[in-house]
Amino acid sequence: MWGSVAAIGAGLAVLGAGIGIGRIGGSAVEGIARNPEASGKITSTMIIAAALIEGVALFGVVVGLLGANQ
Amino acid sequence: MDLILPDYGLLFWTGLVFLLLLFVLAKFAWKPILKAVNDREKNIADSLELAEKTKAEMQALQAENEKLLKEARAERDKIMKEAHETASKMVEESKENAKKEAAKIIESANQAIEMEKAAAISELKAHVAVLSVEIAEKVIRKELASDDKQKELASKLAEDINLN
Amino acid sequence: MTFKNITNCLSIIVLSLMFALPVMASTEHSESHEEEKFNVSEMIMHHIKDAHEWHLWGGHGNSTSIYLPIILVDEGLHVFSASHFYHGEHRSAVDSKTGEKVDYVAGVGPAAAYAMFHEKIYKMEHGELHFEEGHVHGAVKPLDLSLTRNVAFMLIASLILVLIMFSVAKYYRKNGAVSPKGIAKFIEPLIVFVRDDIAKEHINEHKYQRYLPYILTVFFFILICNLLGSVPLIGTNLTGNITVTMFLAVCTLLLTVLSGNKAYWKHIFWPPGVPIALMPIMIPLEIIGIFTKPFALMIRLFANITAGHIIVLALVSIIFINKNLGWAGLSVPMTLFISVLELLVAFLQAYLFALLSALFIGAAVEEHHH
Repeated sequence: MWGSVAAIGAGLAVLGAGIGIGRIGGSAVEGIARNPEASGKITSTMIIAAALIEGVALFGVVVGLLGANQ
Repeated sequence: MDLILPDYGLLFWTGLVFLLLLFVLAKFAWKPILKAVNDREKNIADSLELAEKTKAEMQALQAENEKLLKEARAERDKIMKEAHETASKMVEESKENAKKEAAKIIESANQAIEMEKAAAISELKAHVAVLSVEIAEKVIRKELASDDKQKELASKLAEDINLN
Repeated sequence: MTFKNITNCLSIIVLSLMFALPVMASTEHSESHEEEKFNVSEMIMHHIKDAHEWHLWGGHGNSTSIYLPIILVDEGLHVFSASHFYHGEHRSAVDSKTGEKVDYVAGVGPAAAYAMFHEKIYKMEHGELHFEEGHVHGAVKPLDLSLTRNVAFMLIASLILVLIMFSVAKYYRKNGAVSPKGIAKFIEPLIVFVRDDIAKEHINEHKYQRYLPYILTVFFFILICNLLGSVPLIGTNLTGNITVTMFLAVCTLLLTVLSGNKAYWKHIFWPPGVPIALMPIMIPLEIIGIFTKPFALMIRLFANITAGHIIVLALVSIIFINKNLGWAGLSVPMTLFISVLELLVAFLQAYLFALLSALFIGAAVEEHHH
């Protein structure tokens, strides 16, 4: 029972992160398309932002993991 | 659950190994590697700078060379001109000299000729005088062989004196 | 030559640690079960967690592993081979709350006073263990400094890293500052990348050199552990172990906090441009922020690498769940795809850990011009 709830929670966390990282990636591509010279800077900034969001998503997954073990 | 709980034994070993790794790598790997990389980068930067400088120097040198060459050429031209001048002057001078010499020689030759001529003339005159005297003696001997003729001549001479 | 001596010393230490003790590969025959049902999650959990043996191949009844030395600190130092547990006495106990039967292993020989339950070592009381709600109850846990699989893997990875870096350093020492060849040609761009794009870019130009050794070491340590972790047989989930990532994150946290300048602390205890009414909320948030950043570092690395291992194992398990080799047609391409993705993740996570560490340290030492 708790395992299923935890799995849903983890899924929701991943959903949010997916939307967030998707938006970052889309905006980065747009930015690079507009200004190809800045692609290096945009890429590294994109990776940092994506990593920060991913970190939050992983918190969710880990909390889910904790819940699954209850 | 113990997937996300730390384990003290592993923590101990991780700490030991990582700190040791940090120390060993920092001292024996990162330091020499970074030094070599930095040195090389500095080397490259220096070399580029040097090349730039050398290029500028080369250009300056080339300009100087050009200048020197130009000067040398001018000098050469000048010297050549001078030499020409000197040569022509010398030729002129020698021509002049030769002319003078020739004139002198001609003059002296002329003089000699003149003198010879004069001498010859005077000799001739002497001869002519002697001959004339001889002729005159003969003529006169013949003319004045008669008394008439001696009279005629005397009158004629007297006439001439009157006229004068 | 000093560094050759060090290399030799290190290899001797590792080899002696691994082989001085009665460690040997052995094949274990247990009583013949009927064919046991393949338990995917148990197999995966067994792989991604630490163990006192280096399991090579084989299943429950018939497996080949290298038994690693166990070092216990319990009123003195106890050192013996893990085979005294894996070839120990299989016992059962009844859970005092749930009434379920729980299996554990009691040690034999030098391990006679101890018992192992889920790879944890407990000191037995009156020759047995008691369980409550699936957990060991009341037993003392001696400090377990064993050379577990993770530790052995870490030693091997570190040794390889040291050998690689020393050979690179040796190349430069021998040839001076020339253009690199051989292994130096491969490693140098990585080092220059870490220096320029990670350290110099995010830490104050004049101060980055102080932190560069740490960032380089973290980057290459994580990278080599990630890469070696993907190799079959020796692959171990080291960077996917929360203890390791926690230690690395704590290093970054300590470096950040200890090198924080006045501007950094002022930013935390009196954030500029915030109305005074909000201060009671902002200040605790900023203080929590000091810890959540390295915490995220810890979780990110742990979860990414663990997830990678789980996915690869789960995909391989498709064949064994269905007990049909035909499924390899699905399993192998997918495993290959994920493995290649993991190769990217190995670099990406090493990069991210180093990058974010540099970012945090950079924020702590930055000179603010308000």
